[in-house]
Amino acid sequence: MIAIIDYGAGNLRSVVNAIARVGYKAMVTSDAKEILGADVVILPGVGAARDTMDSLVELGIDKAIHQVVASGRPFLAICIGLQVLFSATEEEGWHECLGIVPGTVKRLPEGRKIPHMGWNQLEQKIKHPIFDGIPDNMNFYFVHSYHGVPEDKSVIAATTDYGISICAMIIKDNVVATQFHPEKSGEYGLKMYANYFKMALGDKG
Amino acid sequence: MLTKRIIPCLDVTAGRVVKGTSFTQLRDAGDPVELAGFYDIEDADELVFLDITASSDGRDTMVDVVRRVAEQVFIPFTVGGGIREVADMRLMLEAGADKVSVNTAAVLNPDLITDGAKKFGSQCIVLAIDVKHKESGEDWEVLTYGGRQSTGIDAVEWAQKGVELGAGEILLTSWDADGQKTGYDIDLTCTISESVSVPLIASGGAGTLEHLYDALTEGKADAVLAASIFHFKTYSIRAVKEYLQGRGIPIRL
Repeated sequence: MIAIIDYGAGNLRSVVNAIARVGYKAMVTSDAKEILGADVVILPGVGAARDTMDSLVELGIDKAIHQVVASGRPFLAICIGLQVLFSATEEEGWHECLGIVPGTVKRLPEGRKIPHMGWNQLEQKIKHPIFDGIPDNMNFYFVHSYHGVPEDKSVIAATTDYGISICAMIIKDNVVATQFHPEKSGEYGLKMYANYFKMALGDKG
Repeated sequence: MLTKRIIPCLDVTAGRVVKGTSFTQLRDAGDPVELAGFYDIEDADELVFLDITASSDGRDTMVDVVRRVAEQVFIPFTVGGGIREVADMRLMLEAGADKVSVNTAAVLNPDLITDGAKKFGSQCIVLAIDVKHKESGEDWEVLTYGGRQSTGIDAVEWAQKGVELGAGEILLTSWDADGQKTGYDIDLTCTISESVSVPLIASGGAGTLEHLYDALTEGKADAVLAASIFHFKTYSIRAVKEYLQGRGIPIRL
């Protein structure tokens, strides 16, 4: 079973719809037990990292996420989901996050339009089955004002150029995280979901 | 490099897309889901759905349209028209819209922008601003109620205030240029784009490919929205994108 974590920010439907389109079924849940019992766990995200983190702690889901990640089960984080994996975010001051990816989330530097909103090219930094059938430098949909800066650069699976090089995707053991929204990135976004679930579930899907 | 976005706008009433040559001559232009799918295949970068119904029955129909579009179209889309309170925003976002646009309701109650941004994030809240040249002077003033009501509010000041309140994007329509097909108001577009930190979508006046190019270059717009040139098939989205790419604009193709 695929569990999508619901922490009350709304708008999870596009993730559910994209998963359905590539042939899988997902449940939306905020129940730690259901999250711990799932084969794949997805942390989607819109809005603010700080509020997201507060909601996760309030619902007791932060601990469940740590357990899932430690167990080695496939864990996918999207947008704000990626940001809360970091040690801390600069959003609205300084706020501690999950600490699964050492590093900080910083505001995009001035001198450009913020949010970084629209389609930008994904520069693949590693060879990985998640990129099967997706040529290098294809456009994916981004919308964010902050960006994660990991201490260990080897976890960066892809970047995008917005005047600065932005960490667009992280792959670290069983954790895959995207700053862009694959569910809003058309054909190649759906292809990425299909690749992901093929990797994560094998025959279980 | 971030690409410039090409955004078709679809007017929806009673669950159908309509196209009009004026307010009174609306013709049925088809099923919104089918049209959205068609624009998606043509590589539209985003879609905007404008709910032009006023009744509450119409609202339920619109939610159903949003839900069906979200099931089949995997590019971002915005829903506007009749978003008066946070509950309206929630309804559309939960149905699958990525952003909501507010216009008159935000002028009447600017807190709506802040409340929506707090609840759903700034990236969800598009501030639609309709403007026209002031009768005296070089500036522009904000219009409400679909261009029918003058407010006296300065367009630049309102755009800046809207961003301060939490809007993540500005959708700017020139009522002097709208429907004229003589080009976007470049001076206006550039002025507003340079006075806010968020992305700006230019709207109103597109008639030729050159007009789109001008809005994205001289006008400093991050995206261009057009309705009639796409609906009446003057140009296909692909033709627009190939033209712009040919002239050196970063475009997703």
